Amino acid sequence: MLKFTEDHEWLAIEGGVATIGVTQHAAEQLGDLVFVDLPQVGAVIEKGGVAATVESVKAASDVYCPLAGEIVAVNEDIANDPSLVNRAPQGDGWFFKLRLANPDDANALLEEAAYLTLIG
Amino acid sequence: MTTPEALRQTPLTAFNIAQGGKMVPFAGYEMPVQFPDGVMKEHLHCRAAVGLFDVSHMGQVIVRPKSGRIEDAMLALEQLVPIDILGLKAGRQRYGLFTAADGGILDDLMIANCGDHLFIVVNATCKAADIAHMRSHMSDSCEIEGLTDRALIALQGPEAEAALSALAPEASGMRFMDVTETTLLGSPAMVARAGYTGEDGYEISISADRAVALAEALLADARVRLVGLGARDSLRLESGLCLYGHDIDPSTTPGQGSLEWAIQKVRRNGGARAGGFPGADVVLPELEKGASQRRVGLLPEGRAPVREGTALFATESSEEPMGRVTSGGFGPTVNAPVAMGYVPAELFDAGTILFAEVRGKRLAVSVASLPFIAQRYKRS
Repeated sequence: MLKFTEDHEWLAIEGGVATIGVTQHAAEQLGDLVFVDLPQVGAVIEKGGVAATVESVKAASDVYCPLAGEIVAVNEDIANDPSLVNRAPQGDGWFFKLRLANPDDANALLEEAAYLTLIG
Repeated sequence: MTTPEALRQTPLTAFNIAQGGKMVPFAGYEMPVQFPDGVMKEHLHCRAAVGLFDVSHMGQVIVRPKSGRIEDAMLALEQLVPIDILGLKAGRQRYGLFTAADGGILDDLMIANCGDHLFIVVNATCKAADIAHMRSHMSDSCEIEGLTDRALIALQGPEAEAALSALAPEASGMRFMDVTETTLLGSPAMVARAGYTGEDGYEISISADRAVALAEALLADARVRLVGLGARDSLRLESGLCLYGHDIDPSTTPGQGSLEWAIQKVRRNGGARAGGFPGADVVLPELEKGASQRRVGLLPEGRAPVREGTALFATESSEEPMGRVTSGGFGPTVNAPVAMGYVPAELFDAGTILFAEVRGKRLAVSVASLPFIAQRYKRS
């Protein structure tokens, strides 16, 4: 199941675990990333909590946790090479995997078509 | 908040938008923070070839002596800045500071001697106040004219000389801080060999109605690319140059700002024209005894940028901050985070390890000498 948020994140959900990253649109808006601060594996994050921070040359931006859950994996590849997020935001540039506290909450998120309409 | 409708435009605003500029409010103007190349590429291109910047938001001011004697304008301006203006030869410019009665810095500026008048460039946010300040102190002897019908274009980078010489051959004969009145595309222009990137280059003042034609003529050279304010900031930060309102402001003195190099001997205690500017009783003694806090370079040890406003601590656990970051970001040429900030006297020395608190973590930063990269001005 592929879902999107109004904060320009995507979630690929399988077996109650969501792989989460930022959308192509978000990656373009952020510009060239130079630093990614990822959460700790095992961290429990509330819906809307800050899960990660990304920094471009110019500014820092937070990446919010779209659903509540526990971090079960982070993508060290983007910490080592933040430009991977710009090159492949919806593929190899994923941020973290979240075991969802309430998997049904994902149903309220946006479908891809609705997200594409949102960003125009 | 300023509404977008209230923003002022430069003679190049429409051109910047047409070139894909991502426009943001800056100092009351609608300015391009970046172009489609993005901040990283624009920064690196400027260091490798030539960047073209619209800096028309800055204030351009002409000071004319009523007597016709340029020395009268020079001495009048010396009442407001701790700088040797009288010693500035025709065709040369230098960096200066307007000081307040308490020694704080009201603005930083460039002052050029154009023979029969002074040509001054000031920061956009301060220009109205600067013009009022000059009029209130210098009107007995000078006419102060703020130019509103001029653009200012910066051309910066190692290929800037080649790019500008194609339009104005005399540009190649200029040295760093030379100024000359010339003709570009058939229109009068004021050219200074200077800039705000640490690179060789020029700043070109030209009539507003010729700005787009000049930008197009320069960009017709494939070596020249447009650069926005984002890369202008990272370029000047790597080069250790102050941003007024951030690294220096009314709460910092020239000594605290590590700008003593700008104050020539003749204006210091013991000099022929010592003092005679606002705050001299604070500024000059401080140059001799040393400032209690001082602007230094800061190199974060990790990859995380340390931004403006970040608190600095002496140790990993100390509770009271002892300094603050005034500019910080990522330096694309250094390929690492770079910052500037204020620290107390006992922590000035290069190599001193301090701790910056970023998102609740204490990150090690080392005090570093400025600039972070070698400046490449054409001095001879």
